[in-house]
Amino acid sequence: MANRTIKKITSVLSFLVVLCFAGVAFAQESGKEMAIASNSGLIAIAAAFGLSIAALGGALGQGRAAATALDGIARNPGAADKIRGPMILALALIESLVIYALIVAFLLLGKI
Amino acid sequence: MGEHGTWFDYLNRFSWWQTINEKAEHAFGRGWKAMAFQESHFTLTPVLVALVVLAFVVYGGLKFRAGLASADGGLVPPRKMNLRNFFEVMTESVYGMVEGAMGEKNARRFFPLVATLWCWVLFGNLIGLVPGFVSPNDTLKTNLALALVVFFATHIYGVKEHGLAYFKHFLGPSLALAPLMLPIELVSHLARPVSLSLRLMGNMIADHKVVFSFFALVPLLVPLPFMILGLLICLVQAIVFCTLTMVYLSMAVEHEEH
Repeated sequence: MANRTIKKITSVLSFLVVLCFAGVAFAQESGKEMAIASNSGLIAIAAAFGLSIAALGGALGQGRAAATALDGIARNPGAADKIRGPMILALALIESLVIYALIVAFLLLGKI
Repeated sequence: MGEHGTWFDYLNRFSWWQTINEKAEHAFGRGWKAMAFQESHFTLTPVLVALVVLAFVVYGGLKFRAGLASADGGLVPPRKMNLRNFFEVMTESVYGMVEGAMGEKNARRFFPLVATLWCWVLFGNLIGLVPGFVSPNDTLKTNLALALVVFFATHIYGVKEHGLAYFKHFLGPSLALAPLMLPIELVSHLARPVSLSLRLMGNMIADHKVVFSFFALVPLLVPLPFMILGLLICLVQAIVFCTLTMVYLSMAVEHEEH
């Protein structure tokens, strides 16, 4: 019995060790020359503020969605399974709007 | 969005692989720059990872079919959790989801498409969490391909179901409102593949970046909660993609009751 557990542990650990070899290939490519453009400051502020406001709005929206879902579950605990599905869907859809703002922020950061 | 090291970087040592890379960049590369699309970092790595995902899904599907063809017709589930069992569980739960969203008749028609999308999105997301691989869903290429499949599928199924009268849906409830409704409907229809693909891509990129930034700070145990969050995100994004696909498809083929 102990022999099998030792074998299992060895196989799992050796698998993890092999996975670590992929870290050797983590060579960061050298960045291209960064020229500081005259509007770098504005771009940086735009990226940060844009994303922050989007996160604010997203958090408020998701908070309302979750609060209403929890209210519904508190009223009717038997319906918890039926409520969970639409709640997750609504949370993901609201979050996707924040992620659009994140993509714009990344694109802006690439232009600094 | 820098390059992460993957297993497939070791392939760069072979000159034949570099030739393939150059030819592919020559044939498929993007020379133009417009708006948000600036420098193109052309790699074939997502294609290779996508092939790995494809091989895994096909293998799982074949095991599932082999289970059906076995002596007892696949009624008796295997004792331990192995690949066939996992695919059976996944198939049942996805079928339950599809049937809940669309009703039984439509579920039979659309289940192959939705389940394939589910498998691809789920495993494509999950392979991004394995060290040494990068998710093929964090490029716009794969996501846009999937989203365009869904887009064309909705319209083609709509036309098959309703004939050319399907396009009257774009005009809205009454003819007087048509000049107002038409641009709104067109834009909302065009926004669907864009939103589907960008949502998936943004989630994958953000999740990868978060894990990576914590990995750069403290490599030992701190990235672990974020990888667990990444697991949840992968699952939820697959659910959302498939639910939205089902909603679009059922909206395209529904018959309105007056």
